Formats: sequence, C-alpha cells, structure tokens
Amino acid sequence: MSDVRANEAAGYDGGDTVWTEKTSWLDSVPRSVSMLFVAAVFIGVWELVTSLGLVSPIILPTPMETFRDILFVGENLISGGYMLQALWITLLEVVYGFALAIAIGFSLGVLVGETSFGEKAVMPYLVAIDTMPKVAFAPLFVAWLGFDIESKVALAAFIATFPIIVGTAAGLHAADHNARMLFKTMGASRWQTLVKLKLPTGLPQIFTGLKIGSVGVMAGAITGEFLGGGKGFGELIRVAASQLNTPRVFSLIIYLSVVGLALFMLVAWAQRRVVFWRKEQVGAATEH
Amino acid sequence: MSAAAAVTPLRGPQGEPVYELSRVGKTYARGHVTALEDVSLTLRKGGFYAVIGSSGCGKSTLLKIMAGLTPPSKGRVTLQGRPVLGPRRDIGMMFQQATLFPWRTTIQNVLLPIEIRDGPAAARKAEPRARELLETVGLKGFESVYPGQLSGGMAQRASICRMLITEPAVLLLDEPFSALDELARDFMNMELQRICMAREATAFLVTHSIAEAVILSDMVLVMKPRPGRVAELVPIDLPRPRTLDMVTTPQFGALVERIRGRLDKEAFL
Ligand SMILES: Nc1ncnc2c1ncn2[C@@H]1O[C@H](COP(=O)(O)OP(=O)(O)OP(=O)(O)O)[C@@H](O)[C@H]1O
Ligand SMILES: [Mg+2]
Repeated sequence: MSDVRANEAAGYDGGDTVWTEKTSWLDSVPRSVSMLFVAAVFIGVWELVTSLGLVSPIILPTPMETFRDILFVGENLISGGYMLQALWITLLEVVYGFALAIAIGFSLGVLVGETSFGEKAVMPYLVAIDTMPKVAFAPLFVAWLGFDIESKVALAAFIATFPIIVGTAAGLHAADHNARMLFKTMGASRWQTLVKLKLPTGLPQIFTGLKIGSVGVMAGAITGEFLGGGKGFGELIRVAASQLNTPRVFSLIIYLSVVGLALFMLVAWAQRRVVFWRKEQVGAATEH
Repeated sequence: MSAAAAVTPLRGPQGEPVYELSRVGKTYARGHVTALEDVSLTLRKGGFYAVIGSSGCGKSTLLKIMAGLTPPSKGRVTLQGRPVLGPRRDIGMMFQQATLFPWRTTIQNVLLPIEIRDGPAAARKAEPRARELLETVGLKGFESVYPGQLSGGMAQRASICRMLITEPAVLLLDEPFSALDELARDFMNMELQRICMAREATAFLVTHSIAEAVILSDMVLVMKPRPGRVAELVPIDLPRPRTLDMVTTPQFGALVERIRGRLDKEAFL
C-alpha cells in the first residue's frame, strides 16, 4: 500500500514500464557489422595512404593490387598449380610437426607432471630451453636434417612442443585435494588416478597448450622454410619478397593465415567436443 | 593426559565392536602440531557416532586415520578385526564437497567406485543397483544427466549413492552436508538416518552443529583441542527413528545444553 503511494507521489501512473540498461550505441552494433566496419576503415586508410603517394608502391601496394593478386593466387591454388604444391608441402610440415609436438609434448608433460623425477630433474632443463629464442635453432636443424621437409618439421615441432608440455604438466596438477582424496578412498591405483581423474581434469589446460602449439607450429614451419629453403609456401614468400613483389607477399601471407586459423579452429572445435562440460571462448589462445 | 583413554560410555550402542582405536596419536612433522593425542574408542555395529569440537581440534585428522588415508604416529586402528593399513573397501567416505566428476553422468559417477575396484564390466553389471540407489534418494530420471545440471543437494545425494554402491560396513562422514542450506540439510540428515538404519551401517559423522549431532547419533564424542583428544562421550537416548520435531522436546534441549556447556569451556581456553 505504502509502496503504491510512494510511487504515486513520484508521479508514477501505474502503467507498465519497460526499461533497459543503458549501453553505449557502439556496443549494441551487431558483431558482423562492427567487424565489417573495422575492415572498411582499415582498407580505407590503406587506400588513402597508397593513392596519395605517401608510401612507395614497392613498400605498400594498393588494396586493389593486393586484391587482384589474391584472386590470382587463389586461381593458381584451385587449378592445382605450383602454388598448390608449395602449400601442400607446407601443410605436410605443419601436420607432421604438430603430430610430433603432440606426441613428444604430451609424453614429456606426463613425465614432468606425474613423476617427481620429471619435476625435479627434467623440468628445469625444459624451462631453460623454453626461455631460449627457439627460432635460433633453425640453422642447426638444417645442418642436421638437410633442406627437405625434415628440418622444417623438426623446427615446427620444437616450437610447438613446449606449450603442450606446460599445458599437460599444469593440467595434471589441476585436480583438487577433495578429488584426489576421494580417489584414494576408492583404492584407485596410480594409473587409474591418472586416467580417470588427472587427465580429464587437466583437459582444458592441455587444450590451451595445444592451441598455443598450433600457432607455434605454423610459425616454425614458415621460419624453417625462410632459413632452410625447400619448396614450400615460405619459399614462395621469400622469392616474392626478393623480387619486391609486395602484392604477392601480402596475398601469400593472407592464405597462410587462413591455414593457420583453420588449424586453430580445428583444435578449438576438438576442445568443444572433448571438454564438453566446459564452455569456453574460442579466442582464448593467448590465455597461457 | 590419559583421561581420554579412561572415558567409558554409560550406555550407547550395544552391538559387537566394529572399529577399535587404541591410544591413537598423530603429530604432523610440519609445524610439530600434535593434532591428536591418546584417542581410544570402540565403535559398535549399527551405532551412529557424531564428533563435535572446535575448529582445528583434530576431527578431520581422526577421520583420515580411521579411513586409512594417513597413518597414525602412535597407536593402532582395527576395523572388523583387521588393522587399518590403508584405504579399505569396507569403508565409505563422504566429504563436505560432493565432488562429482563433470565428464561423467550421474550414474557413471555413482558407479565409479565399482569401476575402479572391479573394472568397467562389473560397473555395467552394477547399473541396476545404482539406479535403485538413485531412486531411493529421489534422483530417478537424473541417471544420464551431467552433474553440471544438478543442484548442490542433488549432487550431495548422488555422492551418497556413490558411497553406498560398494555396500561399506562403516560410513565416515566429514561435514557432508555443511555446504547445503538448512532445509536441504535437515532433509539429508533424515535421509542419512533412514539409510543407516536400513543397512545397519555404522556411521561416524564430523559436524559443527550440536543439534545435528544430537538428532542423528547414539553417541556424541566431544573433542578438545591442543592436543586433540576425546573429552567426553555423551550417549543420546532419544528413541529411533528420530524425527525433526524432537528438537522441541525438553530431553533434546537438555542434551544440547550439556554438550554446549562442555564445548564452550574448551573452546575459549
Ligand atoms: N597435513 C597437515 N599438515 C600439518 N598440519 C596439519 C595437517 N592437517 C591438519 N593439520 C593440523 O592439525 C590440526 C587438526 O586439524 P584437523 O583438520 O584435523 O582439524 P578439524 O578439527 O577437522 O578442524 P575443522 O573443524 O576446521 O575442519 C590443526 O592444528 C591443523 O593445523
Ligand atoms: Mg575438518
């Protein structure tokens, strides 16, 4: 009763009121529209900078030139031209490199995360190597494994292994005290505790490692090709750059990013399938 | 300080001895904490025991020693005639958190102890039993649901089923319902009584609530801190089955007062 009076006193007439929280108009624009908007601004500035002649065309091609080259490269890829062969080689390096990184990273991760020997004797070395700029090992891999894909696979795997080790080792420590105690009361063996408790609990971290690794494996393969030759996509970029064919460099990089993004999305998709009980943001690669 | 060893109950459960603790002590190396000193107890079959005492007086430590999760520094523990030297199959345990695993459905969580003990084939065979158990705690229809969709009370009920699936002779309960709201807690306590009576299980409950201890148990163990020891055994001779309205009886009030008086003296010393 008194509420109603208070409302009346405040000039409230008893009708329905619909109210919404105030948000900035910029935040209420749909995602697709805002993304397109940012792309348009980016290309507009790019166009302006190049058409006004602020930057030499050798350094920065116009958006139109780049777009034409993207179409050209796309045509070559679709018609199974030499670029497709180069892309295929790079893809092989990435796939083999990632598979190797997963196998080694996971095994070492379990060793380090599960045994005190691993934690005491192996982890310090892994940390030491992890702090090094791993790309600097590229010439060594080339010297050891030659100019074919092996050296690139090795570098790609080398870079991608560490985040997977870290993710796995951290994941194995994620199970809380209660859960461990419960497994103890059930008389679970060490193996059972690993497989039925620690690994499933650690899956989110393991996948974080895999996502970071999937980014690293691309970087490793391309760096390997820059420094160790061969016939991959990185070599195409290197050649185009040496000929000052900047539109080509740009379009090749764009195709490479598509491949990288696809690999990342694949891992994210696998995570959503496997770790179905946890909803996570797709873009969480850098949460480390 | 061997007074604790001399404490003998006036009455209480009359069954054959199930658990026997003699002069159990525990000193944690880290920090030189004497968590327990000279605890001697006999738990009888079908009895419901509640332990109450101020925070840090060694209740959880006592429970862990009885469960074989941590070794005593002194003394010995026997269960059904055999010394406790590690986790045992005839012990069921429950903690404050339900700890259901989110990648397993409710029924898979309930079957976990069987799966660990006897393998997945045995777990499959025990499925009808798990369904029955879930039904008795009102979780029929939630068998294939993942724990993320259960409320706190439902999760705790599922974890009771998980504890019971191996048909343990004794139940060790460390504040199992203290994370629940009062209504859910009362309900779960009555549920617990029903289960224990139906199975003639021996139960050992750690709690912070005097009322909960009195309404559930045949015997309340009052513990004193620093060093942790059992100061008094209070037999609770309220008739069974207990009902929630017994809390209004003078007999109940007198028992609560007696335990509270005992606790207050120790808690602030
Ligand atoms: N793992 C451990 N290492 C060292 N000291 C411990 C350990 N666990 C318990 N303690 C000590 O032993 C004493 C008793 O602890 P305990 O957990 O048994 O108490 P509690 O009665 O269960 O307390 P609460 O009611 O708060 O749960 C405390 O002083 C605590 O600091
Ligand atoms: Mg405790």
